[in-house]
Amino acid sequence: MAGGFLPRRKGFGAERAFSTVTLLAGAMVLVIIVAITVFLIAKAIPALQADTANFITETDWFPNQEPPVFGIAAIAWGTLVTSVIALLVAVPVALGIALYLSHYANRRIADTFGFLIDLLAAVPSVVFGLWGFIVFIEPVRTFSVWLNKYFGWLPFFDGTGPFGRSFMLGGLVLAIMVLPIITALSREVFLQTPTADEEAALSLGATRWEMIRTAVLPYGRAGVIASVMLGLGRALGETIALALTLGFINEITVNVIQNGGNSIAANIANGFGEAGDIGRGALIASGLVLFAITLVVNAAARVIIYRRREFTESAA
Amino acid sequence: MKLQRQGTVAVVALTASLALGACGTDNPTDATVGGAGVAQAINCATGTLNAQGSSAQKNAMDEWRKNYQQQCSGSTINYEPTGSGAGVQAFISGTADFAGSDTALTSAQQPQANSRCGGNPAVNLPMVVGPIAVAYNLSGVDNLQLKPTTLAGIFSGDIKQWDDDAIKSDNPGVSLPSSTIQTVHRSDESGTTGNFTNYLTAAAGSSWTFGAGQAWKAPGGTGSKGSDGVAQSVKSTDGSIGYMEQSFAENAGLNMAKIQNGAGQFQELTPEAASKTIEGSPVTGSGNDVTVNIDYATKASGAYPIVLVTYEIVCSKGGPSGKTALIKGFLNYTASSDGQGLLNGLGYAPLPGNVQSRVQSSVNNIS
Repeated sequence: MAGGFLPRRKGFGAERAFSTVTLLAGAMVLVIIVAITVFLIAKAIPALQADTANFITETDWFPNQEPPVFGIAAIAWGTLVTSVIALLVAVPVALGIALYLSHYANRRIADTFGFLIDLLAAVPSVVFGLWGFIVFIEPVRTFSVWLNKYFGWLPFFDGTGPFGRSFMLGGLVLAIMVLPIITALSREVFLQTPTADEEAALSLGATRWEMIRTAVLPYGRAGVIASVMLGLGRALGETIALALTLGFINEITVNVIQNGGNSIAANIANGFGEAGDIGRGALIASGLVLFAITLVVNAAARVIIYRRREFTESAA
Repeated sequence: MKLQRQGTVAVVALTASLALGACGTDNPTDATVGGAGVAQAINCATGTLNAQGSSAQKNAMDEWRKNYQQQCSGSTINYEPTGSGAGVQAFISGTADFAGSDTALTSAQQPQANSRCGGNPAVNLPMVVGPIAVAYNLSGVDNLQLKPTTLAGIFSGDIKQWDDDAIKSDNPGVSLPSSTIQTVHRSDESGTTGNFTNYLTAAAGSSWTFGAGQAWKAPGGTGSKGSDGVAQSVKSTDGSIGYMEQSFAENAGLNMAKIQNGAGQFQELTPEAASKTIEGSPVTGSGNDVTVNIDYATKASGAYPIVLVTYEIVCSKGGPSGKTALIKGFLNYTASSDGQGLLNGLGYAPLPGNVQSRVQSSVNNIS
């Protein structure tokens, strides 16, 4: 603040005002986070007290009946499974696209392609949901039947049907939704690789793939992890696309093709309209769990990025 | 920059999902309303009403609002299909001037609603009869008939195949495929599920063991959001069967099963057949309250037994200040022969005469 060139005097008006404004803006984030937490906890407690089942282990969700029986187990499981499927599918594809755009494609193609990918991010999730529910379900169902026929001995692809409205469909729709986030951020990160590193690798006789492996990927690792975590954040919180594509059977299963599955956010979207007092509290309690999961994921991402940065900086 | 765009997208998506979350009954059937407004004098009043609740009555409400506002300049009536539960909550908290609900006020809600009316009783006024269709998609079969016990067996998962003996004996002479039955139910809590399970509880006896409630409890099957979601799922899957309000089955072009009523007839779903069930059902409300206790096992000849009644919940006295005249005028219109006459074309059934006249006198008593 007190720069050497600036005269030190009291009431340096604009400077003061601006620093106060930024301070307030920063504080606002904290206030909002705390307010959300307090709100969630305050609303959740009465419902949790009325719950006659164990909130952590119960799989059913009947908060509006008398007595209320509800638990987070099945829907939290569904949130995790759909997000994992989404990342398993999206991350390799997204990194492939990002590397192609940053290191293989010529400039014009890269620009057009990048624009299209960004456009994908601008499609509202309800559109993805409707598309998944009406159109995408057909190929997924066919694929599920095929998996069931030849790989039915694996617990993931077991079952007698019906297929289609499953973790698979929800996860794949989510994958398409997180794809642009991971792609766009990774591409920016890969483009930041110091040209000196790349040229050094090439001059040592590396092929382009070896150059990417030795120079680009290590440099971009922290950024890629950050982009994956952002994608995961979107996947965990996605509401309406899953509300439309999952089959809404509350159970903990590793079967990904049988109709069924539910997630925390989709359950909130589904249940809010008809919920009574306890029902709302219960949904808010589930929101609190989702909030906690997201917080842990983000914190983990921070830790990873921080460690990597120290490593890269000390290496540089 | 990128992140900022994500934020905008999130907002857009949220808005869109909220609009959708309102549980779309967005298939307004063309209704011939040209003459309706002109025929009888409407009791006009000015002002604005904000109401919300049941999505099951949205299509009827939309027609009624449109006609009333056309006839009565200076009146604005808003109805948000937020769901019965949310509507009742909003009524109790005072944000809604009246609520639409697929169930009458519960004993827990009644005192809260009364205190919103300044200690005067809040009353349930049935306004729309909604037939619930059991729609199916089974290639080669278009005349399915089901007994209540068979229906219960199918939806509880005991009857797994279309050529099960129980279904065969309900449909003599029909060749049924041996494919698996795929049941579709509502994933969100709803009055449709509540009335369907009420029906199964009352009519199927020991074949239905999952009780009645707004949330679906039987295992298996597939859950879909909203009646439109159920209709879409049934339509896209051969061998599937689901329950939904009649208009959704019609709009999706689905076959609707004939259901056996208490008189032993396999009855096709028609508005008249649905009204007959309500006609024979006792009204349990006292005073101005017109709660109908639906007789799902009705023995009336030609009655279609799976129906729901959706109510308007209003203050009989001490309602929102300055709005009494408008509430009265509007509900007067909806309960009138003109108002009820629109319902047939919208996939609903009108109130039977006995209930309609009780509703009309209750509306007149609002003060």
